[in-house]
Amino acid sequence: MRSRVASMWLPLLFFVVFLLFPFYWMVLTAVRPNEELVSTAVNPFVVHHPTLAHIQYLLNGTSFPRWFWNTMGIATGASVLSVATSWLAAYGIVRVGFPGAAAAGLAIYLGYLVPPAILFIPLADILLRLGWFDRPAALVPVYTTFLIPFCTWLLMGYLKSIPREIEEAAMVDGAGRLRVMLGIVLPLSGPGLISAFIFSFTLSWNEYLYALVFMSAPEHKTVPVGLATELVRGDIYQWGPLMAGAVLGCIPVVVLYFLFVDRYVQGMSGALKG
Amino acid sequence: MAAGRLSLADFRGAWFGPTLVVPAAALLGLLLAYPLGLGVWLGFEDAKIGAPGTFIGIENFRYLLDDPVFRLTAINTALYTIVTVILKLGLGLALALLLNQRFAGVRFWRSVLLLPYVVPTVLSAFAWWWIFDPQFSFISWALVRLGVLSHNINFLGDAWLARMSLMIANIWRGTPFFTIGYLAGLQSIPNDVYEAAQIDGARAVRIFREITWPLLTPLTVILTTFSAIFTFTDFQLVWTITRGGPANATHLFVTLAYQRAIAGGAMSEGAAIAGVTLPALAVLAFAAMRAIRERT
Repeated sequence: MRSRVASMWLPLLFFVVFLLFPFYWMVLTAVRPNEELVSTAVNPFVVHHPTLAHIQYLLNGTSFPRWFWNTMGIATGASVLSVATSWLAAYGIVRVGFPGAAAAGLAIYLGYLVPPAILFIPLADILLRLGWFDRPAALVPVYTTFLIPFCTWLLMGYLKSIPREIEEAAMVDGAGRLRVMLGIVLPLSGPGLISAFIFSFTLSWNEYLYALVFMSAPEHKTVPVGLATELVRGDIYQWGPLMAGAVLGCIPVVVLYFLFVDRYVQGMSGALKG
Repeated sequence: MAAGRLSLADFRGAWFGPTLVVPAAALLGLLLAYPLGLGVWLGFEDAKIGAPGTFIGIENFRYLLDDPVFRLTAINTALYTIVTVILKLGLGLALALLLNQRFAGVRFWRSVLLLPYVVPTVLSAFAWWWIFDPQFSFISWALVRLGVLSHNINFLGDAWLARMSLMIANIWRGTPFFTIGYLAGLQSIPNDVYEAAQIDGARAVRIFREITWPLLTPLTVILTTFSAIFTFTDFQLVWTITRGGPANATHLFVTLAYQRAIAGGAMSEGAAIAGVTLPALAVLAFAAMRAIRERT
């Protein structure tokens, strides 16, 4: 029993503290009044007089609600567009097949390994020329560049697991290609599509670099960019509202994650397996 | 008649597959492949924001090699990547082994402990930034209270402390990535492999060293290369917490590229800095592809 304490519960305790403390700190700061935040006399690990002032300020005194809905719209649009185009591509590569299909799949996946870090400078140039600069809608097609590779690979794996006999039986019954694709395989792809959507949504919500570079008007920003650029002014950091924004900004992805936690882990490992 | 219908079907079949790939390929071609090429090309020009450049050969790269900030950035990036990937691998695997056991509440902990990887990086980086605050860090507060220190720790004001702080935040975020991967890997190892070893009376450490670890090796290669790619090109954590400071001491390639290209307007110089990462990324991508192909 003692060995189980040393080999299991103590390490677990370490991970719980290390991995969860920043969340505790975030929530704590979000409801702690300013006097306590800048006082070294009081114990910082608890809140003595919790307040909703930071959250109220964030919602009424800043553009946070706007950033929130911007991010929601961009993440939803980019996810829907990516999942749809990825499913079509995956279907074409895996179920229809053509010479070079395997190479096409590999090429799309390689796109996943090209980080935004390399693309943001030339993309800024392209968006300027297209007149898409500082337009939130422009982030929808831009985000597909990191979503499509991931979704296509994930859906290719999923489509491979649907038995071919189902399609063949339908074709024998006289169903055309499109009927088989949209009427039979598409409904069967449901769980794969959900996984792809969850990942896409989470990745879009997390995106920072493109939104930081391509959006400039305060009302066009996303949650992470808005908080980082509009709430951090000079040397006075508005820690309370900043942490309140961090907490509220985490909620959509955290809710989505807990609703589909098993699918999340499966999808993640499925995508790594290929 | 029959032959005619067959050839029509063939004709449709030949075009059907590639057609389905067109929307995805068009988006990736216009907004990924084209900018990738353009980015490489920009590195050999002298373009500024709003001012098209002319070809100047390897001038940008020659200039960067003599630039002490760039040299320090190269060292920082290598150090940041190597140290954090090793620690993330070790901690992530340890956590996966823990969460792969049976105990009350394991499902709960399994989902909750992966949260750092799920929440937006910039938002959690705010929390770390606050944790490392020079005046109000709880770490300083506790150490001063306990009498260990007489003054606050200037986490982000000292070059090495700042680097270490960033590494801790990065390890915090990246550890669950390895855990997710390894959990799936551990669950795919058939139980009878372990049962045979237990009949032999092998101890847990030996079972891990001689059975589990070798079986996980292909997965380790995949996870390590992916993690290295994303760590190597990290931007969010560093830009949020230190902005490359103090005195340019914590820049990574991408934060420096951003600073020079977007904040400073020297687009081509930034593109050249980002371009420097390409050879290393190509090697890592190749390793990842090979590992994935071997595993399937």
